[in-house]
Amino acid sequence: MSETKPITDIEQEIVEEFALFDEWDDKYEYIIDLGKKLQVLDNHYKLDENKVKGCQSTVWLVADYRDDKVVFKADSDAVIVKGLISMLIRVLSDHTPDQIINAKLGFLEQIGMHSHLAQTRSNGLAAMLKQMKNYALAFKISKSSNAAKYGYGSPEAKGN
Amino acid sequence: MIETSSVQTEFDVYAIRQQFPILQRLIKGKPLVYFDNAATSQKPQVVIDALVEYYSGYNANIHRGLHSMAEEATAAYEETRQTARAFINANSIEEIVFTKGVTEGINLVANGWGRKNVGAGDEVLITEMEHHSNIVPWYELCKEKGATLKVVPITPAGELDMDAFENLISEKTRIVSVVHVSNSLGTVNPVETIIEKAHSLGAVVMLDGAQSSVHLDIDVQALDCDFYAFGSHKIYGPTGVGVLYGKATLLQNMYVYQGGGEMIKDVRFNDITYNDLPYKFEAGTPNIADTIAFKFALDFVTETGKDKIRSHEEELLAYATDKLLQVEGLRIIGTSEKKVSVVSFIVDKVHPQDLGILLDNKGVAVRTGHHCTQPVMDKFNIPGTTRASFAMYNTTQEIDVMVNGINKAVQILR
Repeated sequence: MSETKPITDIEQEIVEEFALFDEWDDKYEYIIDLGKKLQVLDNHYKLDENKVKGCQSTVWLVADYRDDKVVFKADSDAVIVKGLISMLIRVLSDHTPDQIINAKLGFLEQIGMHSHLAQTRSNGLAAMLKQMKNYALAFKISKSSNAAKYGYGSPEAKGN
Repeated sequence: MIETSSVQTEFDVYAIRQQFPILQRLIKGKPLVYFDNAATSQKPQVVIDALVEYYSGYNANIHRGLHSMAEEATAAYEETRQTARAFINANSIEEIVFTKGVTEGINLVANGWGRKNVGAGDEVLITEMEHHSNIVPWYELCKEKGATLKVVPITPAGELDMDAFENLISEKTRIVSVVHVSNSLGTVNPVETIIEKAHSLGAVVMLDGAQSSVHLDIDVQALDCDFYAFGSHKIYGPTGVGVLYGKATLLQNMYVYQGGGEMIKDVRFNDITYNDLPYKFEAGTPNIADTIAFKFALDFVTETGKDKIRSHEEELLAYATDKLLQVEGLRIIGTSEKKVSVVSFIVDKVHPQDLGILLDNKGVAVRTGHHCTQPVMDKFNIPGTTRASFAMYNTTQEIDVMVNGINKAVQILR
């Protein structure tokens, strides 16, 4: 098993990157840039069962489980949400289910972006985070049965 | 120079702004530009004071108590009913039922009138531009009664397709429930024509007045509508209170909506006599404080002058429409010639949510999304719009701030 950086270390890196910005505009420009750069999710993953629907924007999320690590891929029709997703993937992806389940994700508050999680009806972000943790939990439970893949509509991994 | 004597008659937007303390707020370090008035409006100081005065001076339950404060509170509460009656020119206070808002008003009619008068094979006619609150109660009623819900479509300009209306309405139609002014498009609907046609076929008409009550002069007797629901919070009053107007002859013959105290005269286990109108529809202790303060909002609007407010808002709408259309790739959704000061738009390759977030960074509060009118968004095949809606205290300078914010946002989002 290859070593990956602990989740809190990656969170700290992001907090330091954001410390460079004084203005809200700059923070959002950076997030938009991340959103634009996020690897595009292939259309064949953009299925209804992979949708995490918010009131205003749509998020698609898929998860893979390899060598006891969860790898997430996601996309959204709104670019700021996409940038926030990109950060969540950077922090959570490639970690064990336990690490993901226990992640506190304090960095979102430290960079002033936690309000996007609170607006549960407005965007899919809070629902997506919940779904990421649900995937991790589902992988953890199914570990013994050696299930290799989730995230392609398997109902066990659906949290809501 | 403006003479001092004319100050009262001139519309001075800066003097009006002084009455709204919240407009002093900074959002992310920038002056608040509040363009979400179609969702809820801000409150003038007189309304805020009325709430404080009630709670600090004469808080008491109404209609039953004999002590001084109960009398004062009852008098103030009933004064709002008088003011609301005059505001929409209802015939009598019997026709003014206090609700918690438009949604409750529509539900009251769907349950109280609908469940008594709509049966299997009957039809209920609504339109494609209704707010969800004027869809769901009728959908449920029709499902329960085996009636059919018919829907008048809208045109590309965001107006009702009146030819389709003529074809859809028939002697089977029991009620037409239609929004007077669309919240997502701003369109003012030809309700006079709808009411006349419906009455000629024996149907009653309910108007959702959530948006129209603040922008238009409302005379329910001249309109001859059967029900008209409006709320306080979109008309500079507190949240949690509204009015359902209903013709007395109809209200008298409706099922009661909620049972409880206040709405009864005599209660025995085998026989209940209900209270008179309008009290038989007002079960339980009402929202006393907000209802009392509601009067101050209505007086504020009347004293400022609805016609003056309207011409100011028309100016804002024209200015905003002109400026917005200069933004490259921007398309206005809802282009009726008869509109109130609501402008909904989409921008090429820009998600409304992204635009809303970036405008908030500039202190500009707009609404993004489907505005609780998903069928309208489906019709235009868009996920949602950005909506700016203007009130008496908004200025053209604020519109400039928004348009500059949009231009900047578009630059970084594309």
